[in-house]
Amino acid sequence: MTILVPIKRVPDPYEKIRVSSEGMLDLDDLKWVINPFDEIALEEAVRQREGGADVQIITVSIGGPECVEQLRTSLAMGADRAILVETEASLEPVSVARLLQAVFVREEATLVLMGKQAIDDDYNQTGQMLAALLGVPQATFASQLTLEPGHAVVVREVDAGRETVRVTLPAVVTVDLRLNEPRYVALPAIIKARSKPLEQLMATELGGALETRIEVVELLAPPTRKAGRKVASVDALLLALREEARVL
Amino acid sequence: MKLLVLAETPQTLTFAQQWAAATGGSFLLLSTEAVTAEALVAVMKSEGCDSLAGASTSLGRDTLPRAAALLNLPMLSDVLSVEAHDGRLVFTRPMYAGNVLARVRTIGDVGVYSVRSAAFGMPTPGAPEPMMAILSTPVPIAGYEVLRLDAPEQKRPELTQARVVVSGGRPTRDAATFEKLIGGLADALGGAAGATRAAVDAEIAPNELQVGQTGKVVAPELYIAAGISGSIQHLAGMKDSKVIVAINTDPDAPIFEVADYGLVADIHQAIPELIGKL
Repeated sequence: MTILVPIKRVPDPYEKIRVSSEGMLDLDDLKWVINPFDEIALEEAVRQREGGADVQIITVSIGGPECVEQLRTSLAMGADRAILVETEASLEPVSVARLLQAVFVREEATLVLMGKQAIDDDYNQTGQMLAALLGVPQATFASQLTLEPGHAVVVREVDAGRETVRVTLPAVVTVDLRLNEPRYVALPAIIKARSKPLEQLMATELGGALETRIEVVELLAPPTRKAGRKVASVDALLLALREEARVL
Repeated sequence: MKLLVLAETPQTLTFAQQWAAATGGSFLLLSTEAVTAEALVAVMKSEGCDSLAGASTSLGRDTLPRAAALLNLPMLSDVLSVEAHDGRLVFTRPMYAGNVLARVRTIGDVGVYSVRSAAFGMPTPGAPEPMMAILSTPVPIAGYEVLRLDAPEQKRPELTQARVVVSGGRPTRDAATFEKLIGGLADALGGAAGATRAAVDAEIAPNELQVGQTGKVVAPELYIAAGISGSIQHLAGMKDSKVIVAINTDPDAPIFEVADYGLVADIHQAIPELIGKL
């Protein structure tokens, strides 16, 4: 079966993103990586194959030509081939879902494994929207995945604890932090993976209008907290909380 | 305009009141019993609603985007505020782990909104009231079956609703010590216990206690960070707390930059002392 793993290029999670005084995002000189949740999804696909599942893994990224860098990394991690859907447009989750839907159909995929959210826009929508468009079940926030003939059993991290669900395939599974720890990929492996196929196509070739329905009025820096002070002892802390902050 | 509200938290009702005040529209409440995205879509259609809101909980995060795609509506996640501006609805939502706030609007002022409970207070009595409260008819999703829910009994207040939250990091060492220190201090303050990703990854604390960018977002009256260094991802989940206390052995830990009161100390000594003196 074919597992489709969407990969988003995002700033490294350790980078602190700031809004300039003109209300613009300052994204210069950042380190760019595969969205950490997508990396976990890819690692899971590779582990399923290493565990004996007969799977082909296709990674897909939507964006500018710079996304090739993350797709090469995905090939080095173990993807069989990669697709870049090229567009310069800033896409809303539903537009991304529409393009992924087209790729899913084109590749006759059975399972989508993807991050539950991208750490740049923090939307947490695309996987659920893709499942809706495909008319297939979804299992979100996976911390464990077992593939069985015709279905997947997924342990989900939910507010109350852990929920185990079974979804028939095809399905969309979005992954959470604790599914696995992705392998480290060294540079030589990335260079070696250059022989693996990386297809580039234009978003327009996949069809479908990608309209803009969310309009950004402005970007703001969040309010900063006033610097606090250090207290010398537990007694001083209790006094401050009782007399000054009045929260006890 | 008519808003359907998946009423999971009281703060979702507050959002609905503010939405109604801004739009002059009305809203109705739907109970969360047996809710699926497909059930939400059915109620939206039968009640003639043009927008949908719910809490940004695991239920809301799971069902609302799927409903948005089925309804062909734009969706805003983790809404922090709603207001009318020049005759249009303007929402605020966080990006980049809360380091950027975006003020956004949607085409036609309709959409699906997941609401961050920590950003809204309790509903105002007598403010716009819901037209009615309804139960949805179960609409199962084909091919989806819940096999089991492992939900440990909660003896403490729910994290996102608690007045006091005590959170622990990796230095709590193990589950028993976490329970003794973090749980003990939370109990002494009548609060909830929380944890960092590192503590959950190390199986010191269960996943439902994780506070952060991708876990639960809290804004209690008092947040005590015990043995927490203060990663960007953790700060995203608690920096809007009213009063923040940090206890950490490292005086240069980034958590002290957001703490109102910092105590440079070992949690294994400071917390038992704190519990003893409360």
